[in-house]
Amino acid sequence: MIDIVLLTFLALTALAIVRLRHLFAVVMLTGVYSLLSAGLFVLLDAVDVAFIEAAVGAGISTVLMLGTLALTSRREKVPGRIPVLPLIVVLITGAALLYGTLDMPRFGDAGAPIHRHVAPRYIHDSGTEIGVPNIVTSVLASYRGFDTLGELTVIFTAGIGILLLLGGTGGRRRKDEEMEEEG
Amino acid sequence: MKQHLVLRVVAKMLIPPILLFALYVQFHGDFGPGGGFQAGVIFAAAFILYALVFGLETARRVVPDRLVHTAMAVGLLIFAGVGFAGLLLGGNYLNYSVLAENQKAGQHLGITLIEFGVGTTVVAVMITIFFAFAGRSARMSDEDW
Amino acid sequence: MTLADIPGLYNYWIVILLMMTGLYIVVSRGNLVKKIVGLVIFQTAVFLLYISMGKIIGGTAPILTGRPEIFSNPLPHVLILTAIVVGISTTALGLALVVRIGDAYGTIEEDEIAKADHEAEFGGPETP
Repeated sequence: MIDIVLLTFLALTALAIVRLRHLFAVVMLTGVYSLLSAGLFVLLDAVDVAFIEAAVGAGISTVLMLGTLALTSRREKVPGRIPVLPLIVVLITGAALLYGTLDMPRFGDAGAPIHRHVAPRYIHDSGTEIGVPNIVTSVLASYRGFDTLGELTVIFTAGIGILLLLGGTGGRRRKDEEMEEEG
Repeated sequence: MKQHLVLRVVAKMLIPPILLFALYVQFHGDFGPGGGFQAGVIFAAAFILYALVFGLETARRVVPDRLVHTAMAVGLLIFAGVGFAGLLLGGNYLNYSVLAENQKAGQHLGITLIEFGVGTTVVAVMITIFFAFAGRSARMSDEDW
Repeated sequence: MTLADIPGLYNYWIVILLMMTGLYIVVSRGNLVKKIVGLVIFQTAVFLLYISMGKIIGGTAPILTGRPEIFSNPLPHVLILTAIVVGISTTALGLALVVRIGDAYGTIEEDEIAKADHEAEFGGPETP
């Protein structure tokens, strides 16, 4: 029951984010949205995911967005007219997706295809093969180590990219001044 | 934030438990929920809190840019290096079973090592990102909020 | 489909509502920070979709305790765990781009940036 309440809150928060123009409030509601979804992840047995969503979504991403607001502006411009075309596109896409869900296995069904392929192997054999109680850790680090290595590389690359975008201004400014002196 | 005494005192009290908790999450990730990704983010959150309350320059003295940038690469290299260690000991890339005498010990060692690598990179990247954003001068003053 | 199916699909429907909300923000809003917030909403909806599919009713968190239990599927958890951290890194990269755009143009509204580009290229305001 509590998951239905949380899901409804989540939907309301998202709709409030659409309506608000004050970006500070939008960022705060994004933090609330992340925290609510972290709560849902606990209910859906994904404790590891809930852990990280609470730390990342409600913590670091809120701080970063506030940092961006401080560097840019905190109000969204009011558009001249109400955008109708995007609404139509979104409604049609949503209807198509809703139609698609009708064939999906029902929520919590133990016989769904997703539970039949590799998951039983992980659940039954990871205790003897890896010997680590947390199945998520053994899948993350051992069975799918390549995957995780790739993800870590993406994070590393994103860090380098941000350094290039934001960190290197001191050098660039000096270069600009030198060029001005020469020209 | 020099004038906020309460904030400074509370932050000082909170930061050590946050760091300790991050270490617990890092090294207890095999048994309960947790692991390198979560621990890295929590560890970085402690430094971000420190930088928010005591100022960026103070935080940069605690964790110099050079250290953070090196840690970013070192974490990834630990991960990749563990893979190569498996390769050199006669297994496949990222196969930890050959790292120790028996399979379970090897897997446990491998997982601990790569989780450490993951944690290091994630901490460093998160701190780098925050420092990069905070290091730019704001166009808005405090009163504008 | 009958009325009894609705509780079994409620999760998916909310996920689709959230996805479409995110998509709508991305398509219709001109403010670049708001666009990124839209992407974050969409992204979290995808996370929820995966985790919902992995849940088994009566199951528990996939941590071996020695007792025979039903576990929820650990695979979506692994995929989403890494996806969240990658997500924050790419979001931060997007925000960094927004900051640089704000520095270069003095605005983060899409239409004003387009206008400034037009003026820089053709040396005059856009004529409709």
